[in-house]
Amino acid sequence: MKCTRCRAKAEVHLRAHNAGFCRPCYIGFFRRHVERAIASEHMCTLDDRVLVAVSGGKDSLALWDVLVELGYRTTGLYVAQGIGGYSSRSQEKVEAFARQRDLPLRVVDLAAEGPGLTVPDVAASTRRSACSACGTLKRHVFDTAAAGEFDVLATGHNLDDEAARLLGNVLRWQVDHLARQRPVLQPTHPKFVRKVKPLYLLSEYETAVYAFMRGIDYVVEECPNSVGATQLVYKDALNRLEAASPGTKLAFVREFTRSGQAAFAAHAAEEASAPNACSRCGMPAWGEVCSFCRLVAEVESKRARRAGGPAV
Amino acid sequence: MRVHLHPQGRTVELSGRRPVGRLLVELGVLPGTAMVIRGDVLLLDGEMVEEDDDIEVRAVISGGAT
Repeated sequence: MKCTRCRAKAEVHLRAHNAGFCRPCYIGFFRRHVERAIASEHMCTLDDRVLVAVSGGKDSLALWDVLVELGYRTTGLYVAQGIGGYSSRSQEKVEAFARQRDLPLRVVDLAAEGPGLTVPDVAASTRRSACSACGTLKRHVFDTAAAGEFDVLATGHNLDDEAARLLGNVLRWQVDHLARQRPVLQPTHPKFVRKVKPLYLLSEYETAVYAFMRGIDYVVEECPNSVGATQLVYKDALNRLEAASPGTKLAFVREFTRSGQAAFAAHAAEEASAPNACSRCGMPAWGEVCSFCRLVAEVESKRARRAGGPAV
Repeated sequence: MRVHLHPQGRTVELSGRRPVGRLLVELGVLPGTAMVIRGDVLLLDGEMVEEDDDIEVRAVISGGAT
């Protein structure tokens, strides 16, 4: 197969795009797709201060790499979740990536945020799954880290993540979730920043190929808590559809964003209320306390009961 | 050929040469869910893997909470 652009020998074949690329042309293709997504969805400008959430995996490191190459002012943010050797190895990859490229990186260690706040500790001391605890903890760290200092928070969600999430939301007709499933989330409170997903139309295969071709040393192993995750079931189903009909995932997400999402957003706007300030941490909350502080209170209560004292 | 499967950390030995696409079918890997790497180069489905090759099949699917 020959490169669609320069006719050299192709190294990658993208069925969804009916195209093949050599290495230099593929890197250019990937960058143009990110540039186009950022421009068409008004994600950020070159003047914005962009905080990039990085996990050590292919998507977030590919995102950080491409944003730097495109000239954005970026700082990395890594959340050390305390998931044994997996977290240590992920952190090493992120730190090495930042060091080799002389990029600013912030590391937030959940173990230092409060007693019992690592993901395994929270999952063990509450009824929440590790993935649910991880989501709540990370969102809070992202929001507090970005508040005041950055204009945009960028995450490495890719096409497969968005397609799996969309499928899950559609299967259960989760109208509120569909209303918020966009590549750009505008802030609903002065303490929130704009959240963007510049890779939302690039597949996992495409981000992995970019990371490989750019020589990015990412953590290949999977989070041990992802075993049996529902998202993987949805991804498998979507990949079977994709194998039979290339381009299905891209059309599913792109056409939802273009044509379907607005109807759900309009419905949500009618019922939307402004957030309050959390009575514990001051961050935006839709109840008296934010979801992070609710989780912390659960952990504190459980720890107090175990220690034989009164529940907090 | 020796085929190293990541992230499973498993290696399988297969005899004979075959195209990448057939190798992936034998391994039960769906198209677009893994990179096939020889040395520092990616291989396309139509390319031939030889008897004495060392190949990495690296899955690209990651997941967690929806």
